[in-house]
Amino acid sequence: MKKKPNQIIGVLIAWLLIYVFFAINKPQTFLSISNVELLLRQSTMIGIGAVGMTYVIVAGGIDLSAGSVIALSSVVGGLTFNRTQNPIMAVFVCALTGVLCGLLNGVLTSKLKAGPFIVTLGSMLAIRGIAKGLADEKTVSTGGEGWLFEFISKTKSWFVFPIGTWMWIFFLGLMAWAMIYTNFGRNVVAVGSNESAAKLCGIPVDRVKIGAYAVAGFFFGLSGLMSLSRTSLGDPTSATGDELRIIAAVVIGGASLSGGEGSVIGAAIGALIMATISMGGTQMGVANWKQEIFTGIIILAAVAIDRWRIARRQAS
Amino acid sequence: MLVVEGLCKAFGSTQAVDQVSFEAKPGRVLALIGENGSGKSTLLKIIAGEIKPDAGNTQVNPGDVHLVHQELLLCPHLSAAENLFLGSANGLRFSPKTLEARAQKILDELGFPEVIASRTTSDLPISQRQVIEIARAIVKNSPVILLDEPTSSLTEQDKTKFYGLVERLKRADKTVIFISHFLEEVRAVSDDCVILRDGRLVASGLLTEFTDQDIVRHMVGREVKDLFPRSERTVGEVVLKVEALTGEGAKPTDISFELRAGEVFGLAGLNGAGKTELLRTIFGLRKTLSGSVDRKCEWNSGVGFVSEERKLDGITLPLSIAENTTMPTRRGVLNSPKTVNQHGQTWIERLGIVCQAPDQPVGSLSGGNQQKVAFARLLHANCNLLILDEPTRGVDVGSKAAIYKLIDEAAQSGAAILMASSYLPELLGVCDRIGVMNRGKMVGVFEAKSTTSEELVAECVR
Repeated sequence: MKKKPNQIIGVLIAWLLIYVFFAINKPQTFLSISNVELLLRQSTMIGIGAVGMTYVIVAGGIDLSAGSVIALSSVVGGLTFNRTQNPIMAVFVCALTGVLCGLLNGVLTSKLKAGPFIVTLGSMLAIRGIAKGLADEKTVSTGGEGWLFEFISKTKSWFVFPIGTWMWIFFLGLMAWAMIYTNFGRNVVAVGSNESAAKLCGIPVDRVKIGAYAVAGFFFGLSGLMSLSRTSLGDPTSATGDELRIIAAVVIGGASLSGGEGSVIGAAIGALIMATISMGGTQMGVANWKQEIFTGIIILAAVAIDRWRIARRQAS
Repeated sequence: MLVVEGLCKAFGSTQAVDQVSFEAKPGRVLALIGENGSGKSTLLKIIAGEIKPDAGNTQVNPGDVHLVHQELLLCPHLSAAENLFLGSANGLRFSPKTLEARAQKILDELGFPEVIASRTTSDLPISQRQVIEIARAIVKNSPVILLDEPTSSLTEQDKTKFYGLVERLKRADKTVIFISHFLEEVRAVSDDCVILRDGRLVASGLLTEFTDQDIVRHMVGREVKDLFPRSERTVGEVVLKVEALTGEGAKPTDISFELRAGEVFGLAGLNGAGKTELLRTIFGLRKTLSGSVDRKCEWNSGVGFVSEERKLDGITLPLSIAENTTMPTRRGVLNSPKTVNQHGQTWIERLGIVCQAPDQPVGSLSGGNQQKVAFARLLHANCNLLILDEPTRGVDVGSKAAIYKLIDEAAQSGAAILMASSYLPELLGVCDRIGVMNRGKMVGVFEAKSTTSEELVAECVR
């Protein structure tokens, strides 16, 4: 058990292999720059959520309310835009909604001392309900005029990628850096790794957990913004099941659900892997159900490889 | 008869067991003696068939061997009875009542009627859980029984009963191998001994042919002189004043004492007497019900804590040496891995922590070195009050000496030390004053120079 082997390299290789597989089968489309652009654009929503979810999972938690938070912030963002016609306000409100939901999850998990699975299962239902209530059980249509609706637009791009994708890449870098180079990031790792030891060392365990959930909420809020931007609708029933896709991306990226381990970059590649499978599958005319089976196998393989690697590390 | 021939096992570059051969006879107890990391546990695991040796053989069917592990392997949600019969209950029908009655009968017979078979295991005190683990070996009726530090969490009274258990096993013609860090325990139950050092067998024979000095010399390969260094200490002003402190569950109950700079104050007492609870209440890890401590005991104000249970909350095994060392002293927003590793390297050198690099996970170190990391944390935080709970638990003799030296140096440089230990020789060797705890209360305070083990034990068990 020397230094940990670099997990990210493994995930990256897996993605490249999958990419090469589709590139061989569909060379005319898969090797084009527009395909890469499409891939990143399609991964952006899940990818941004995965940045936040990584913090929660590394801190030893889980957030099942991600999909509901995405829907709620798209609704609240849409309503704000309709009321004020101010896109900046809408962006701000989307992020704020996410952060507030995250704070709620964080406070409830750390103060109730109930497992984060149960707590966020509860908030998943409650937040979804709030979203539906605020939208009056309809979708909030906005008209879709202005730059607010160009974050992940097909046509409006800025150096190849749309601005939403650039935001993802920026936050990806920032949060990957913060995990290592800020004391908050190290505290998140310490709490997820051994909560009692962190507590003994005087780390404010509850505050760190609440912080991790708030960070996650912020990114789910941004994800909701992307959803609003793409469809120009605030849809309270959108993003159903996205929490599981986001968690899957984080796990494929090498995170351990028991906490203490995980990588923001790995999670991004995890999101890319899932998008690649669905995109390549669709282009090759593979039925949707087969794609789902394959994605499931990828998740199981990621976990199996991780276990095997840990076992080998402990044996040596 | 258990014959072990030419066993070898390497983990990576470390030769854990190196060409070990010996025989253990039925009806006799063989003590396996050695420092931490000398290969004792690995050897037992090989004999039990849990680890495959690289070379050599054991001429025993692993099915005939029962190994009582160092860490307790019990299912916390099951009852004591279920744990006792785990893996040895046959058939499909399951009747909790019958099982509990059978278990209780066995426990009564073995002399532990206080262990209630119907209780959930996690509700039992740790010493009773240990009893279940040992009793399991008797239920299984295996011809070869291996005991890896079975006494580490037993109380003094239970130890005597445990010696009785081992006597029974002997009379039943079982082959028993026994590991303990305490020579007096080894002498109490064993007939033969095998001494290991760095994975090699360095001496073996009848235990009575070895003096304690011989054994220690073989274990460490050098004379351990000055195991307990004690320099001139100058006692300064009061650093900690505890008044009528009472915590949850009546542990501690109404405790008052003062601790001065440059002083080492020891806490003696049986397991369950409330030593750990007192320390944790002072450090704010447990609730105070009444009474007071005159200063806020936390890292920020120069108070450091070493936990009794290293793996539970003492250190974070997957994180690096450097990060564990600097964890309580993180300040500000930014973290620099480079600086952290430099700090780690400094303490590795100063404390002689055996490792490859400061960014190596602590989990890959031996017990003694892990404990040094827990100490490096106190020194790095520049604490003037050190709270130590069983600071040498599960640590080899060499590292023990190093830790005693660290404690002495800290006291000499003006820090106050409050340490709990269930190992009296160490309290007598290291402390200036010793407070004895009994059922949550402090029943007496003694000057270490003028008291004896006998006097302290008498207070402990009164």
